[in-house]
Amino acid sequence: MRLSKEEVKHIALLSRLSLTEEEVEMFQEQLSDILTFVEKLNELDTEGIDPKFQIIPAENVLREDIPGISFSYEKTFMNAPETDGKHFIVPKVVKK
Amino acid sequence: MELINRSLKELSNLMAKKEIKPSELTEELLKRIEATEEKLNAYITINEKALEEAKEKDEELVKLSEDEIPDLFGIPLSIKDNINVEGQKMTCASKMLKDFVAPYDATVIKKLREKGAIFAGKNNLDEFAMGSSTETSYFGVTHNPWDLERVPGGSSGGSAAAVAARSAIASLGSDTGGSIRQPCSLCGVVGMKPTYGRVSRYGLTAFASSLDQIGPITKNVEDNAFLLSLIAGIDAKDATSAKLPVPDYTKALDNDIKGLKAGLPKEYFIEGIEPEVKERIMEAVKHLESLGVEIEEISLPHTSYAVETYYIIAPAEASSNLGRFDGVRYTYRAENYTDLVDMYCKTRAEGFGNEVKRRIMIGTYTLSAGYYDAYYLKAQKVRTLIYQDFQKAFEKVNFIVTPVSPTTAFKIGEKVGDPIKMYLSDIFTIALNLAGLPGLSMPCGFDSKGLPVGVQLIGKAFDEETLYAVGYKLEKALNINNLPQL
Repeated sequence: MRLSKEEVKHIALLSRLSLTEEEVEMFQEQLSDILTFVEKLNELDTEGIDPKFQIIPAENVLREDIPGISFSYEKTFMNAPETDGKHFIVPKVVKK
Repeated sequence: MELINRSLKELSNLMAKKEIKPSELTEELLKRIEATEEKLNAYITINEKALEEAKEKDEELVKLSEDEIPDLFGIPLSIKDNINVEGQKMTCASKMLKDFVAPYDATVIKKLREKGAIFAGKNNLDEFAMGSSTETSYFGVTHNPWDLERVPGGSSGGSAAAVAARSAIASLGSDTGGSIRQPCSLCGVVGMKPTYGRVSRYGLTAFASSLDQIGPITKNVEDNAFLLSLIAGIDAKDATSAKLPVPDYTKALDNDIKGLKAGLPKEYFIEGIEPEVKERIMEAVKHLESLGVEIEEISLPHTSYAVETYYIIAPAEASSNLGRFDGVRYTYRAENYTDLVDMYCKTRAEGFGNEVKRRIMIGTYTLSAGYYDAYYLKAQKVRTLIYQDFQKAFEKVNFIVTPVSPTTAFKIGEKVGDPIKMYLSDIFTIALNLAGLPGLSMPCGFDSKGLPVGVQLIGKAFDEETLYAVGYKLEKALNINNLPQL
């Protein structure tokens, strides 16, 4: 599988990563190699095989709906890069 | 430097008899860390309050009667820096989280804290646990205590190096594709990747959620069993933790192993494995035979597809899990940006290293519309085949013996520019994570360069007891001195 530069740029945007031109070239090479590497799986016929997402039987885990104590404001915002102590502050989203 | 060479179990016993004081042990450990860190770089953060906490525990100890003293009272442990310890930094070895302070304790930490443990420091790792050499850490590479020019393995390389160098008494790591077992093998210490669901993942920074599992890294098998008993069990905060009682793994050490059957999978002794690694494994097998274990050749036919399967599933889950690092909640945000999307893109571009970016992009690609069936779903189906291989094998044998890593510790920089070469370092460990099974990695000798070689014992789901029973007796039979000169 060979990715084009345009495809790498598109994947980077979907991944929310801005890349320099040099990085685009480097990842074009490396991502293409990895995708070629994993193509080996196509050797296997998996028709009719159920996908195994994990070994523990998946089941709904429910708990009683009891109100508890949540994080304080202080704890919630202690790691935020920009906050007024009660909100996370982000760049303006809605345009005029 | 007497106490730090002792095992966790011995220290626990000495503490229970009040023959040592928490501050005495902590002070000695901190001195050892200070003396070795310049060479090793096994820690990202040292808990500056550790000695103060130990002194408080000194006073408590006086008031406790001997049978009231909890198992880990006053014992300083170190923790891989992707597990939350309240009030301490938790960086995941990433610039993205370099200033992040954990607001709560992971469940494993809560359990150890209740047993009286002190958390002395946070160990270095590959960034977000992605790597096989601890070279992708934002805080610099950790060095292997057996040869400082070599890697300690990854991603729990800081934990394994510290335990080997006795700058940690024991540590907790995490294992997604071999990240506990492979560094333990390269550093000559003991590590367990428990069955998926055996230990709560609450408070572990998620990398690939269906594969991740926390486990103990220790000087010997007994310590490992002891520590796993303390951290295992169901947790309401982790919906994937198993509803099963936790055995006393230290009791399992004495279980009889005569007559057990061990499988030797032919696919694990392939070309590319260093001859000396194979020799040491076969010597360990001989020891097992002399202990009364029957050896049988088995086949795990889909072994050679495990790495490829992993490199679809793990990045897919990682790309989703790492979506939360967006510059809004978790410490790092780029300085100059034009709008929200630009802020996300620049924050993530500046905050993540190349290995993390590579995996996020691979995951984004394989999960994207049009490719999901061809990559992600295909990989999950191959995962079923790998799981079925093990199921069939365990109809015939009680456990499986394999190498941990195809090579001993490699040189720093040797594989870092070639992702696929690096990915193949985990060729013998990855299949277990895909199948959810437990694996014990323990030293079984050295190569001619004096570097440790590890053997892996693979068990049935939730049968860690057999692995500990076998490992304990094998360790005694091998009688290896696993103390590096440093």
